[in-house]
Parts: sequence; structure tokens; C-alpha cells
Amino acid sequence: MLATLGLDDVDQLFKPIPSDLRAPADLDLPRPHAEQEVAAELGRLAARNRHLDELTCFLGAGVYDHYVPAAVWYLAGRGEFATSYTPYQPEMSQGVLQALFEYQTLISELTGLEVSNASLYDGASAVAEAATMAVAATRRSELLVSAAVAPRVRELLETYSRGLDIKLVEIGALDGQTDLEEVRGKASDQTAAVLLAQPNFFGVVEDVAAAAELSNGVGARLLVSFDPLTAGVLEPPGRLGADIVVGEGQGLGNHPNFGGPAFGFLACRPEDVRRLPGRLVGETLDTAGRRAFVLTLQAREQHIRREKATSNNCTNQTLNAIAAAVYLSWLGPQGLEEVGQLCLRAARYAADRLARIPGVRLAFPEQPFVKEFVVRLPADPAEVSRRMVDHGLLAGLPLTGLAPGLEDGLLVAVTERRTKADVDRLADALAAVLADLGADRAEGAGDGRRKGEEVAR
Amino acid sequence: MTGAINDSGGTGTGATGNGGGIGRAAFEAVPWAAGGREGQPERLVFERSSPGRRASSFPDAGALPPVDLDRVLPAGFRRTEPVRLPEVSERDLVRHYTRLAHRNYAVDLGFYPLGSCTMKYNPKVAEAAAALPGFARLHPAQPAEQVQGALELLARLEHALCELTGLAAATFQPAAGAHGELTGLLIIRAHHEARNDPRRRVVIPDAAHGTNPASVRLAGFEVTTVASSPEGLIDLDALEQALDTDVAAFMITNPNTLGLFERNIAQVAKLVHRVGGQLYYDGANFNAILGKARPGDMGFDVVHLNLHKTFATPHGGGGPGAGPLVVAEHLVDFLPAPVVVRDGDGYRWDTDRPRSIGRVHGWNGNFGILVRAFAYLLANGGDGLRGVAERAVLNANYLLERLSSAYQLGYPSRPVMHEFVLSARKQKGQGARALDVAKGLIDRGFHPPTVYFPLIVEEALMVEPTETESVETLDSFAEAMLEIAAQAQADAGPLRQAPVTAPVGRLDEARAARTLVARWHPPSEPDRAGSDPADEGPPDKPTS
Repeated sequence: MLATLGLDDVDQLFKPIPSDLRAPADLDLPRPHAEQEVAAELGRLAARNRHLDELTCFLGAGVYDHYVPAAVWYLAGRGEFATSYTPYQPEMSQGVLQALFEYQTLISELTGLEVSNASLYDGASAVAEAATMAVAATRRSELLVSAAVAPRVRELLETYSRGLDIKLVEIGALDGQTDLEEVRGKASDQTAAVLLAQPNFFGVVEDVAAAAELSNGVGARLLVSFDPLTAGVLEPPGRLGADIVVGEGQGLGNHPNFGGPAFGFLACRPEDVRRLPGRLVGETLDTAGRRAFVLTLQAREQHIRREKATSNNCTNQTLNAIAAAVYLSWLGPQGLEEVGQLCLRAARYAADRLARIPGVRLAFPEQPFVKEFVVRLPADPAEVSRRMVDHGLLAGLPLTGLAPGLEDGLLVAVTERRTKADVDRLADALAAVLADLGADRAEGAGDGRRKGEEVAR
Repeated sequence: MTGAINDSGGTGTGATGNGGGIGRAAFEAVPWAAGGREGQPERLVFERSSPGRRASSFPDAGALPPVDLDRVLPAGFRRTEPVRLPEVSERDLVRHYTRLAHRNYAVDLGFYPLGSCTMKYNPKVAEAAAALPGFARLHPAQPAEQVQGALELLARLEHALCELTGLAAATFQPAAGAHGELTGLLIIRAHHEARNDPRRRVVIPDAAHGTNPASVRLAGFEVTTVASSPEGLIDLDALEQALDTDVAAFMITNPNTLGLFERNIAQVAKLVHRVGGQLYYDGANFNAILGKARPGDMGFDVVHLNLHKTFATPHGGGGPGAGPLVVAEHLVDFLPAPVVVRDGDGYRWDTDRPRSIGRVHGWNGNFGILVRAFAYLLANGGDGLRGVAERAVLNANYLLERLSSAYQLGYPSRPVMHEFVLSARKQKGQGARALDVAKGLIDRGFHPPTVYFPLIVEEALMVEPTETESVETLDSFAEAMLEIAAQAQADAGPLRQAPVTAPVGRLDEARAARTLVARWHPPSEPDRAGSDPADEGPPDKPTS
């Protein structure tokens, strides 16, 4: 090849780089490794982590230990999907395009809204994209954000709002639920959107229909961040009046992966489709009149519209979205309902068992929940969770520092993978840990809810 | 219908006698060749649905106390109708997605010379590593003491990226290149604001990737575009005119999107820094200089890398990727929190970062992609990475040499780095546009290059062979390109009909936009998402 170019040294091709800009030869980088050495070193690092096959997981807060069926990554991991690029040449990319078209249909069904894009980075950034859409659609800049939306999602919104003309106004939570009276008081003709999570960060089911009425009343959009695996028991937010529904798709066939890759989804009404961020697959015909699929409405996107694009999204999370499509097809309507009911049943049982431990009480015993809930502990929740690991359990997320008024809170998630025996083990271990800490005789044992207590403001 | 199109020829193997069999042979490796266009289209999974069929099964919940839904969930909150998911058996599910896979091209099937996309081969040891339960089954909220292996991996990968870029520290939160761009621009914004010197403009060259201006806007800046010089490089005079103390940053790719190294980069850095601006490096083309030259040494302050390009992690049909951001010392405090730091013998998350711009990802970015990138780093080592850049540049120049007799070069400068831009302007005069050349390649078993980008080259064909392709593959691609050029000269008609052997022919893209159908509906329901004709993209849209 060098001879074809009339060269004798490949370094001659680097002559456009001035010699004083050449990298030093002694960079501190690893030596080359043979494949078995690579595998061994990665195996060593993996073994230094305590994973969810080793610890029984009651930790959630947005990433859940749902079952991932064998068929999902057997199919999504195929080289034809995994090693392809964005389907810009549709004739040779019908596989990815059709899988995404099916994905869009499935997300549309789960959210109750007509149009879904082809995925975003994650659930948190999807919220920021939805906020941007609402601001553009209403030409208003104020966003009412519930304090019952996950703290890390609110942190991300704050980061994104630095560059955008968005003013974030917090709405408090009362007894674990978004204070809709406060929404009523603060919503105005400046409000672009109201943002809720369903279920919210505390696991509490929100009154989406009431929030929709308030938002629509002032011409604002209602944005809901939705856990799609609760769709078997909860009415999809889109059918209750939400205008844009987003969420974290991890539970849909994706492993926890230490937080990524998974994907974010975003669905909206047809009237907002031209403000949709990211890729969208549409149906069309080929020259022979056969149905085929293609990326469409690309005039919204950065590679066409550049600085006037609806978003800067380019690479997204296609493969994780394909995994979700496989998962949802595996699940079927019956399976979705069963997952929802199993989570609900196991979570209710766990809440009952934990609340019977002396000193432990439910933070919001009157509120509906379907998968996740908060218990208040008579000891430091971080210390308690540390000790629970000795019993082989990830007990939940300590809320210390995350939710004002819930410093003693532990957020407990119960998926369909948790059996009665797992829950019993959790309750027994918690009782033992609290006894060790001498915290089992603290005051306020049992149902100690104070009426009207304000939480997480 | 298919007959009519097949009659038109399409592959043109007989038209030139110029190695026609080679491209054809390469194509036969593609699985859809067996079914060809006569193969049945795969129905939607919804159309395979049959009531009562299912793949899923769940354990009996009998041990758990029953729950009265009416008691625990207010009626208004509860689902009223079943979600219409497809009802299929596992067998149907597997056949469906396997058939869809057969209707898709991929690096695992063949050559994919998309310019600026760096479609190199993805080593499988990295896939195996990322699938280990010790990585895949980690919860992101687990405390640091339970995830020391993961944190060590992040710290060592960060160190390597700092060495390779010549910069001080990195964040792994950005999930893709454009996400890294936004993060970097927000950091630049915070830097200027912290100095009480807020600025409004970001300058970018006209050859920039589309994500650059879009990210600039999202970060709250205005875009100023500067034209390239006749050689296809940054025009120093134009740049100087665009620069003033309102400029927050100059954002460029180096080598640029024409595949040319900006040899005046030190001068550029001086000009930008003189007005207090920051120099941003879009790492889309980092593969060309891996281990050979470092953005930090050139004067760049902020670099994003696309690990799904340079570090060989699979593109996944459009993601997931990873777009870590590496910054110079003076910007380290602004990185998204938390960051991994050393703590005695181990590692921990540092959350106490008062000057941080905050989070840009819900958790730690696309960790699974970082595992793959780390495996790639180990496999290659420092010497291997330098070799990557050398072979990538050699392959590009070799392929350019083989094609330069038949296609014009977008800009005359040579040698190129890891990619080059051809122009099909001569072929356009013969009746075959860049798009037709691209579709002709599909019939010859290759993925086309990026077309109509960069925007400053007429009828652009942007070719990036990468280092992982053999000389045999480059030669067979060159033969196919030469054959297409000969076909265009003889009779461009068949190229305008291409592809004729792919699962579908050319698509009516205008129709897709005009009457938007973005989901399936049961036959009893009308499609509900309307759209209007004004929404069609321009005909020359870039596809990379």
C-alpha cells in the first residue's frame, strides 16, 4: 500500500502535523494485551463489584431490578443490529427502521400518546427535552416542577436551564404527593408546563387528571415522567390529559448497567410533532409500492436545520430501544398486567411487613403506591443499609440529604423478581439490624403519621 | 413489479468489464441476497399477533397475600383498557426479529465507509466484558464500597483519555458526542460567568458537523459561521475578523470534516485565546491522531471524544454511544458532579463540587460502553493506538489514490488524514448524482459513504475506511466505485434506479413526511398523526 502511494514510511502521511505538535513518545498508557489478558483483567475488575445476582435488590429510585428475558439480548445483541449505524440508508436498514417503528408504536400504547420518537439518552435528559418542547410550543418560559420529581432529574433540569430561557419554579409535596393547590396558586399565563413524575420519587401515585386540568386551565403543557412498567396497573398519563410523557426505559429489557446504557422515551400529541427532539421513523412506500420505513421529518434535526434544530440529538440509544421492543413483545398485554400486579402485591406485602417492625413506619400510609414506597427508620438509613449488605440485601435508597423532612427515610423498591421469601428476609434482617443498633424501642413506632405533615418541600 | 426494475439492470456489471465481478462477489455474502427483492417483506410484530398467545411467564404469586385493587388504587388512577401489546409466542418473536436482522446491513457483514462516523470493527471481547454480571448487574445507586472495580475502571479510563488528549480531567456523563458538546459549552459558559465576563457568541467553521451549531444554541449562545479557505482549512483572516471579546469559544474538528489537518492550529489557538475565548475540540475525527498528536498540546481547552467511533464500541443502529468530555486544568472545577477520585487505596464519588455545572445524565453516563472502551484500550495499549491512527490514515490515502482517477477531490490538499471527501460533480453532469452513486454501492454489497456532507462540497461523498479493513476489502470497494463511475459515463440510467437487490427499492421520503404515519394502528383505526407538506426536508440533506 505504501508503494502505491510512493512512500516508504507511514509517518510521511503525518507531515501536515507540525513536528512541535507531535505527541510525546512516552505517554502513560497500558501495554498491548492479548485477548485472554483483556478478559482476565476485566473479569478481575468485575469481581471487585458486588452485583445484583449476589445481593437481593430492593434499591430502585429510577433503575429497577426487573427480569430481563433471555430472548431480549439474544436478539437485540445480534451483530446486524448492534454493529450498524443510524439508518440513514433506508434500503439496507429496514431491520432497524422497522424495529424502531414497532418501538414507537409500543411506547405510544404505554404512554397513551400518539407519537413517540425513536429514543433519547435517558429518562432524566428526556425530561429536559420535554421542557424545551413545552417552552417552544407555548412561547412561555416558566416550568413548575414538583418536588416529588427525583432529585437527580431536577438537578439535570437545572443544568440544562442554564443555557435555555427556562425559569424553574418548585412546587412542594404534601404527604408525599405534589401539592396541586400550590400548582393552582402558581400556574399563570407565564407557565409553559407543569412537571410531575408518575409514580413520583417517593413511589406515590399522583393525580394526573387533576394536574392536567390545572395545566390546561392556564394553557400550559402537562409533562409527566412515567414508569412504563406500571402501565399494567396505572392508566397511561396520556389518557389522563398529559401532553408530553417521558420516562426512563431501563426496566424494559435493559440491565441496570450501573446507570447506562438504557434509554429515555418521549411521546407527545400530533400537534407537537414538529417540535419533537431526536429521530422519528415513518412509514412510506418504495418504488415498487411496498411498505417500508424511513427516518422522517428530518427538517427538525441538527444535520439539516443546524442551529435552528429542535434539539442537538444525533446518536441516541437505538439498541436499547430495540431491546425494549423485543421485551414488550415478549411480555404481551397479559404479561404487562402480571408484572404490574406482581410488583404491586409484593410491594404492599413488603410495606406491611416493614411497618410492623418496632420503630419503623410508612412515610405516607394513606397514599396509593404500586412498586416503591418510603419507610421511616428509627436509625440512620445509610448506616442501616450498610449493615443490611451483611445480610446479602440492598435494602433501598437512604433519603438523607435527598428529601428535606425525610432524613430518616429509606426508599424501598419491590419488583416482580422479589418473592415472598425475599421480602421476609428483608423484614427479618431489618428487625435484626435495628435491634443491633438499639433502635427498636424508639418512640413513634407503628403508624405515626402526622396529619398534614409537609414533606420534601 | 420487481421484474420491471430488475430489467433495468442496475449493477451494470456488463457495462464496463472493469472488475465487475468483485463487487458482486462481495455482495453475495449479504444474507438478503438469498431472498433478494423477491423475498417477502417481514410483517409487523403486531400483524403476527394472535389473541391469547404469549412468550412471557411469571412465577405463581400465590404465596403473596392477595391485594384488592379497588382498595389500594383509586378507580381514576387505574388502567381502564388493556395495553395493546402484540400477542406472540417466543418462537414467533425470535423469528420476527431474526428476519428483521436479515434486512439490515452492519459492520459484522461488511465494509461501512461512512465519513466522520468511524465504523470500525467492534471486537467481541469487549461485548463479553460488558455482559459480565459484575458490570451489567450493578445498580448505579450502590455505595462506592460495593463498586470499587467499576470506579477503578472509570479512573483508569479517565487517566488514559487525559494522556491521549493532553488535558487534565474528564467526565463520563455525556451519552453521545452531541451530549458532550452541550456539556463542554455549558462548562465554557460557566467559566466566563465565573470571571464576570459573560459572552454571547460561539464561532464555528462552515464545514462543522450539524450537532455543533445545534449544541451552541442549546447552551444559550449565538452561532457565528466562518468560511473555509480555498484549501479547505480555517481561514485565519476570516477567523480574526469574527473574533472579539464577545466570543465564548471557537469550536472545531481537527482533522476537519474534509479529512485535513489544520496545520495552523497553534496560530488559531493564539488568536482565540487572545480575545479570552476557549478552544473546543470536536473529537469525531480523533481516530486520525490517536497517540500521534494531542489536542491539549495544540491549545485546545475542551475535548469531547466519541468512544463509539475512536474506541470501537458498536454503534447499535444509532446508539448507545459515549461522549466523555476532557478539559484543561482551569475548567476542572466546572465538570458535572460527581467525579471519581482516589480515596486511600480505593476510589469514591466526589459530590462536593460547588462550581460544577451540575448533572447532564441521570447517573454515570453509558457505563456499559465505557467498559467496552476500556477493553479496547487494554487490547491495543499505547503502541497499538498509535498503530490505529497510522493504519487509518494509510487506508484513507490508499483508497483515495485508487479513486482519484474517476472522482474529483472536494478540496485539492493531500495527503489526507483518516478520511477524504470526493465530489460526484463529474458524474452529476453524466446524470448520476452522489445519491445515485451511493445507491449503486448498495447493489454492490457495500454501505455507501456519507453523502452531501460537508455542505461546502458539491455532491459530496465522504469516505472513511478506518484502520480495521484489509487491503482486499479496500480494493474491492475501489473496483465497485470505479465500476459505478464507468456506468455513469456509459449510461447513468441504471444508477438512478438503484438499489435493485436490497430488500426494498428507493423510498418515497416526501410521502413519509407529508402523511406522517409514525406508529401502527389496528386496521379498524385511522392513522391520526397529520403532517403538512412544508415539512419535507431539502432534497440534498446530508446523510452520515
